[in-house]
Amino acid sequence: MAEDSALLLDDLERDALSELVNIGVSRAAAALRSMVVDEVLLSVPSVSVVSRAEASRLIREYETGRLVAVHQSFRGDLKGRALLIFPETNSLELVRAVTGGDLPLEDIVDLEQEALSETGNIILNGCLGTIANMLHRSLHVSLPEILRGSSEQLLDSNGATDEDAAVLFLFINFTLRNRAVRGYIALLMDLPGLQALRTLLRLYIERMSDGTEAVHVEP
Amino acid sequence: MAYKVLVVDDSKLARMAVAKILRSLQPDWTPVEAANAEEAVAALAAAKPDVALLDFNMPGKDGLSLAADIHAAHPGMPVAVVSANIQTEIAVRARAAGAVFLAKPLTEQALGQFLEGARVQLARD
Repeated sequence: MAEDSALLLDDLERDALSELVNIGVSRAAAALRSMVVDEVLLSVPSVSVVSRAEASRLIREYETGRLVAVHQSFRGDLKGRALLIFPETNSLELVRAVTGGDLPLEDIVDLEQEALSETGNIILNGCLGTIANMLHRSLHVSLPEILRGSSEQLLDSNGATDEDAAVLFLFINFTLRNRAVRGYIALLMDLPGLQALRTLLRLYIERMSDGTEAVHVEP
Repeated sequence: MAYKVLVVDDSKLARMAVAKILRSLQPDWTPVEAANAEEAVAALAAAKPDVALLDFNMPGKDGLSLAADIHAAHPGMPVAVVSANIQTEIAVRARAAGAVFLAKPLTEQALGQFLEGARVQLARD
């Protein structure tokens, strides 16, 4: 696990990142609310720099069974991966929620892949897109793909990176008030990506603190 | 006047959701579905829709390119790009391609406003 202080965020940067994540996730939650017509209850986002192995362990503290996830990678000024994760035993309940509850079970099973994909696409784009907008940058977000397995398998989908390498790990869990649906949003960024993020966070902090965010007036 | 609405999205669920909202807003209008840009082009020729709703992020040609093509070939057709990708850049590019940008998930209110604008535009032309 990397504990290099040059790569960790300072308090103000950490605050700014939490703020961005909060706003991004709230946007995503509003979108989900609209799709499931139910209140979405969000945890406080946790932000940490850990190894990928540790990130998998953190997820496993919440869910010990098999998981299904919508995965989208993003690149551009920031690079990383975003996942919307559900316990596999629960996924049909989500599908039922987003299809409005008036479809027969066989249609729900047929649509599971699609419904998860589309839901994930909306939530992850909502979160990433909002963060990108606030940082005044743009991201290319990949098409959603469905992954199944353990938390280790979900976080290591391309097998290319070292599981001991440090990542910025953002993790939020949510439930629906009136349905037995619970899920997780996870964002991971490799440390080179974290450097780019620090730069953008500093620019964001400057804009927020000198009050020029809304309007730029030429002298 | 009953219009035909081309709905282009690789997600069947998304097409279902749009068709459902369309049915409740304008029960006499007909959705024409296509899963990608290629099918959309075929549907434009065969069904001659009056309005188009295009998903942005699809395999193959994306919705923004398709919007630009439609705008060139059918300049009077009201077109909306519908996307989960709510980044500013996408909305700006949609407008540059002569289309309205609508965020996913599509609400009755958002689609209703767009369809009302489309109806007025089509009645005028």
